[in-house]
Parts: sequence; C-alpha cells; structure tokens
Amino acid sequence: MSVLSRGFRRGRSQERSDGRLPPGQYDAGDGFPVLSAGPTPSTPLDRWDLTVHDETGERHRWSWEEFRVLPREAVSVDIHCVTTWSKFDTRWEGVSLDTLLQDAPTTARFVLAGSDGGYTTNLPLDDVTGGRAWVVDTYDGRPLAPEHGGPARLLVPHLYFWKSAKWVRRLTLLPHDRPGFWETFGYHNHGDPWLEQRYSGD
Amino acid sequence: MTEPAGPSDTTAARRLDGNAAAGALADLFAVDVTTARSRCPSCGKTSMLGAHHLYADAPALVLRCPHCTDVVLRYATQQGRILLDLRARLLTIPAPAPANESNGA
Repeated sequence: MSVLSRGFRRGRSQERSDGRLPPGQYDAGDGFPVLSAGPTPSTPLDRWDLTVHDETGERHRWSWEEFRVLPREAVSVDIHCVTTWSKFDTRWEGVSLDTLLQDAPTTARFVLAGSDGGYTTNLPLDDVTGGRAWVVDTYDGRPLAPEHGGPARLLVPHLYFWKSAKWVRRLTLLPHDRPGFWETFGYHNHGDPWLEQRYSGD
Repeated sequence: MTEPAGPSDTTAARRLDGNAAAGALADLFAVDVTTARSRCPSCGKTSMLGAHHLYADAPALVLRCPHCTDVVLRYATQQGRILLDLRARLLTIPAPAPANESNGA
C-alpha cells in the first residue's frame, strides 16, 4: 500500500522553535515538493486568460497582457501542504483577489476556482479578500514554473496548499458553497492548517 | 483531445500505468480489476483500467482516461476508511473461473 502514501512521505525534518510550524507539519527546507493529480497543462500565453464569473455569466476577462499590468503586490508567506510539508518565507508576486473581485455582487459568499485540466477548489469569499489571497505568476523572482502552477496559480497561504489552485483560469462567484476536487473526496471543506482541518470531520 | 503529455509535461515522468493501482484496489475488489475494461465518463472510449494513467503523488490515487485524461477513478484510505469515487460509465470485468472445476471435486 506504499503507493498510496507517496505524497505523505515525511522528508528530512527540521525543527522550528518560532511557532510558525502548524501541528503535524514538518519543514521542507529548501525543497518544494510537487504533488500531481494529473498531467501538467500547457496553455500558450497568447491563449491564456483569467475570467471572473457569477451565476449569470462572465463579469471580467483579462488576457495575459492585461493581467500583467494590473496593480501588483509582492508577498513573502509560509505555505502548508496537507501532505504535511511546510515551506517558509516563500516569495511570490501577483495580483490581489481584492483587485480581481472588487465589484463582486453582494449576493456572492463563495468562490469556486477552476483550473486548466479541470481542477477545482472552493473558498469562502471572506478567506480570499482582505489581503489574504492572490493570483501569482512569479515565484522567487522568476516566472512561475509549470510544475508549480505556472503561468499563474492561486495563492491562499493561510489555508492548506490544495486551496491554492495551480493553473487557475476562472473564479466563479457563488451565493452557495460548491465543494471542489478534493473537498468532494474526503478532504476538509475549509482546510485551516492551524486547526489541522485535513479531512472532513476534523 | 488526445495525449497532452509532451516535453512541457514535467509531471509525465511521475505518471504510472494503471497496473500500479492493483495492490490498493485488491483491498476492495474480489477480482483483479486492472484487467477490467472501463468506459470513460467523459469521452466514452473504452480501455483496460491497467492501461489508464495513474497519478499516485496526490492525496489519493487518481486514475485518468488514457485518451482524454479525464478522471475515471479516485481511491484513498483516510482515517481507517477506504474512499472510492468510481466515475467510469461501465466496468466490464472478466468473471473468475468457477472454483470447483479444476479440483476434480
């Protein structure tokens, strides 16, 4: 059964004493594990776009060039994967969801992120606004690599990293919650690493 | 859409064939289902489960159609439970031979 738990294999552990390691996690150090549930999509930048939808249809669409000139932010954050690795002081650049969702309809309470390849993940609107979520295209000063979600991925560092959807293309605003790929398969609907919300029922 | 794996697919090297799921699925099924033929819920094409594409790094085993790469099966063990999400439209499984024919009983 070892094949079942490849992603959960514990790497070389480093202790932290500064209170930044959530319960049940280990410090991956310089490593940046890649866990894949499918092939890596490759959408050419001239065909890439990012859209915001609501239940009635498309509200916004940005081409790659349009996305690149939106107001940008640089952030340095800790990230935590449900498979128990954490990585500290990761540096990203991108566009805040406060910018992308600034005229969300008042009825919207949830966001469903959709990616190339069909992946989805759901988030409360309150978790992705107020300076807590970005669509990032730069990691550590360089264009985000495809295996890490490039050209652009969601970054929601205060939740387990499966919520930070790789290859994100669409944000759908919803009045009701709609569980995504892992949330419909036994994983926690919210995914707070400090509360160890790994599985539904945690 | 057919096989998207190419030079740009950096996870292609991590992809296994569906036969690698045999051990895990044997915990659940009384017969070897890797020889079962499965019709994809998305593209409708039929392939042996053992010839599907298996991604085992993720928090579950994810078996994908070798033609369109859509998800056909997800399998995981979590907290003492087995989770199976079988999306295949039709599984055709070779029936095991009757047990009393070969022992001369």
